[in-house]
Amino acid sequence: MSTQVTETPMQRDRATTIYERSQPGRRAAAPMDAGVPEHPLEELIPAGLLRDEPPRLPEVSEPEIVRHYNRISRRNFDLDTGFYPLGSCTMKHNPRLNERVAALPGHARLHPAQDPRRAQGALELMWLLQMSLAEICGLPHVSLQPSAGSHGELAGLLLTRAFHADRGERRHKVLAPDTAHGTNPASVTMAGYEVVKVATDARGGVDMDDLRAKVDDDVACLMLTNPNTLGLFDENIAEIAALIHEAGGTLYYDGANLNAVMGKSRPGDMGFDIVHVNLHKSFSQPHGGGGPGAGPIAVSERIEPFLPRPQVVRRERENGSGPFFDLDHDRPKSIGRLRGFQGNFGVFVRSYAYILSLGGDGLTEASETAVLNANYLKARLAEGRSGEGVPVAFDRHCMHEFVLSGAPMKRELGIKTLDLAKRLLDFGFHPPTVYFPLLVDEALMVEPTETETKESLDAFADAVERILTEAAEDPEVARQAPYTTPVRRLDEVKATRRPVVRQALD
Amino acid sequence: MLDAIGAESVEELFAQIPKGVRLQRSLDLPDGLGEAEVFERLAALAGRNADAERQVCFSGAGMYDHYVPAIVDAITQRSEFLTPYTPYQPEISQGGLQAMFEFQTAMSELTALPVSGAGLYEGPSSVASAAYLAMAATKRRRFVVSRGVHPHSRETLATYSVGYGAESVEVGLDGGLTDGAVLADAVDEETAAVILQSPNFLGGIEDVEALGAAAKEHGALLVVAVDPMTLGVLKPPGEQGADVALGEGQPLGNRLDFGGPSFGFFCATEEHIRRMPGRIAGETEDVDGRRGFVLALQTREQHIRREKATHNICTAQALNALAAMVHLAWLGREGFRELGELLVRRTAYARERLAEVDGVELLHEAPVAREFAVRLDAPVDRVLERCAERGIDAGYPLGREYPEYEDGLLVAITERRTPEQIDALADALGAAVSAEAVTVA
Repeated sequence: MSTQVTETPMQRDRATTIYERSQPGRRAAAPMDAGVPEHPLEELIPAGLLRDEPPRLPEVSEPEIVRHYNRISRRNFDLDTGFYPLGSCTMKHNPRLNERVAALPGHARLHPAQDPRRAQGALELMWLLQMSLAEICGLPHVSLQPSAGSHGELAGLLLTRAFHADRGERRHKVLAPDTAHGTNPASVTMAGYEVVKVATDARGGVDMDDLRAKVDDDVACLMLTNPNTLGLFDENIAEIAALIHEAGGTLYYDGANLNAVMGKSRPGDMGFDIVHVNLHKSFSQPHGGGGPGAGPIAVSERIEPFLPRPQVVRRERENGSGPFFDLDHDRPKSIGRLRGFQGNFGVFVRSYAYILSLGGDGLTEASETAVLNANYLKARLAEGRSGEGVPVAFDRHCMHEFVLSGAPMKRELGIKTLDLAKRLLDFGFHPPTVYFPLLVDEALMVEPTETETKESLDAFADAVERILTEAAEDPEVARQAPYTTPVRRLDEVKATRRPVVRQALD
Repeated sequence: MLDAIGAESVEELFAQIPKGVRLQRSLDLPDGLGEAEVFERLAALAGRNADAERQVCFSGAGMYDHYVPAIVDAITQRSEFLTPYTPYQPEISQGGLQAMFEFQTAMSELTALPVSGAGLYEGPSSVASAAYLAMAATKRRRFVVSRGVHPHSRETLATYSVGYGAESVEVGLDGGLTDGAVLADAVDEETAAVILQSPNFLGGIEDVEALGAAAKEHGALLVVAVDPMTLGVLKPPGEQGADVALGEGQPLGNRLDFGGPSFGFFCATEEHIRRMPGRIAGETEDVDGRRGFVLALQTREQHIRREKATHNICTAQALNALAAMVHLAWLGREGFRELGELLVRRTAYARERLAEVDGVELLHEAPVAREFAVRLDAPVDRVLERCAERGIDAGYPLGREYPEYEDGLLVAITERRTPEQIDALADALGAAVSAEAVTVA
């Protein structure tokens, strides 16, 4: 049995940092000649403003750096290696073409302050991406500025505030379902609002009675993910939108789950005023171990005047020689800047390349396949011990993801969702998102995406079945897992109680 | 697959979407293209940009045309770093977590502050995040901000401040540096933070310690934005009394990319560790006593604390921070200092050369490290246009953001700008200013 704890070679190879490979005098970069008079620094800068000792950066040769980072890279699991069904994260394949076009010097070495006359290609690309996202979201105006989903949320709430302020109103509450991503309430607080939770009904949608009870003229906004984090489309969306709009609030769409509905249903048509799109989810920007991403926002006409500045615009040249793409800074009602320069342009290049590659029908097919894959995997996991141990929380067709409850497994087999997740690591799978959404006990949130084959879905379902079978014989196997990973279960409490967040040197 | 699901068609799976909100047509987007065609499309767009390979780039203003060593691309393009997500499962994310830990160590060394986060979006929003931290730490809602802080940072701070209900007082510049007397007067018992930038937007190196005295006196935090490439030679903020040091990370290992993605770094004193925004990697042990790394202090974060989180940030810029770490390791302790010295010397040379040009004078004489400001005797946009015709991007025009320097131009130096290119800039500026002067006459 695999509980036999013998150290794997990688486990024997204990973690060593780049600083621990450092030897005085070693270096990678060759010294450069300034080629100008070598004045002592003290003649150029007052001595009191100069540093006494250089920072203790590592002293290593280039081959040592390459070996070090290659070596630690192998201690990562990644999407290119295996199935990564992390719910709400849309871990779809990252086409390498996108890396190639993003690296073209015309993109990669373009200074962000370049005069628009000499950056027409970049501004046109941004405009084309804006137009594409507007069509996909069903809303006419797009700002690409926000750096990630949570940044888009903050933008949306500040837009809401500006929209109400413009009408002489000051509202204080923002509604969000209890299934919302953690970023939603955190963004609400940063934007100076108070979050009010809305309950979920028996079918997994917004509890309409609870919503009606909580909507009043102090509600600034309702933030909603649709399909929601249970992977279910809220069938009452039209009524929800009407309720919020009648009360004078805005409707905000968290686009984390947009991958379910591209070309099938558009947030703008559902009644949303503001949408953020995670380009690192639906539009294939690699996740990078936690970024970079980008969180453009699409908005309705009534929100447009308040969009961040500068805004990329298309103007007709006076001499009729075609369009001119410009940065419009003259936006008096704008909420202002959310960040430096124009946004994560490199991400825009990749996402636009992705949209060009798939086209409108290809994006629609991507969503269809994502939904098919999710429903197939849900069906496979409803079989055998899996269906008993980790039943789906809301038993109906799902969209691009679904949520299982590990509560029966915990009760019957004595292993928790965390144990199942850790045991999956030994089988070479990234576990689903765990313990979210909060309203499902022992939750497992599974999002396979459209880029997985039936075979990989089957293999995952088989692994879950095997782990539950194994647990029925001996729950300790899962409780002690993982065994084969570069390190085994880590003491996270220690890292919080007595945090060691940097290497001690010398 | 449909049989297993028990559905007749894929369409049936979408039946949960009410008819009224179904898109009844195809998306109005072009048909998909093959890989080669997409490449050509994107290459054609890229070809219409005057990038730093086609124009000698003296623009800076926070993002600089540094050389990114090949090793950075080789490592950051590895699947193992490129394609995973946030390390929620630490047992299979040791590579990324360790890289964060190494990065935090490097930024802590650069700034001489003990605590570093794993990275934020970019520079300006990091300033707004520092202000938010200062509000939480002091329970005060007023910031005193130098006009030498990057205009994008000041504007981003203003945008965020509307949300969290704070206000800012701006302190002007005198001789290229923050006016210390005005600043001292502006700081009081209501001040949450004094926010400075050094080198400031006009390139001037501030005496952070002297300016920060007012903050110390009134119990406000001292927040300093710094250019990481200068920290091999300039006194680090941690030795000047800073409580928080942050900045735009692009100069470290990240390409220009028309403004992003890059990253923001964020360092602080120990007392603020539980108020830090964003991810922080920490060292720990596994059940068998092996050294390992995890996301530390997650109880600050939005996925645990929700509305009580210290910040809303989730996905940030992990890959960009890794690029910085690799670049710093490649430069190494000596190389990093040498690069800083080279920047200072070439910048001094460039400043001297430009000051000799007829029609060009220094905007200020404050000490500088890698960027400086000049005044031109001719309209700046016209001079830039003439320089562009000679293949030179002469710098960043100050007029839009500093109307008081309508005639101002900000010139940035990197190790890629050779003495010959600097001479060519001096010639081009001289020729352009005199040509424009003739035109005006």
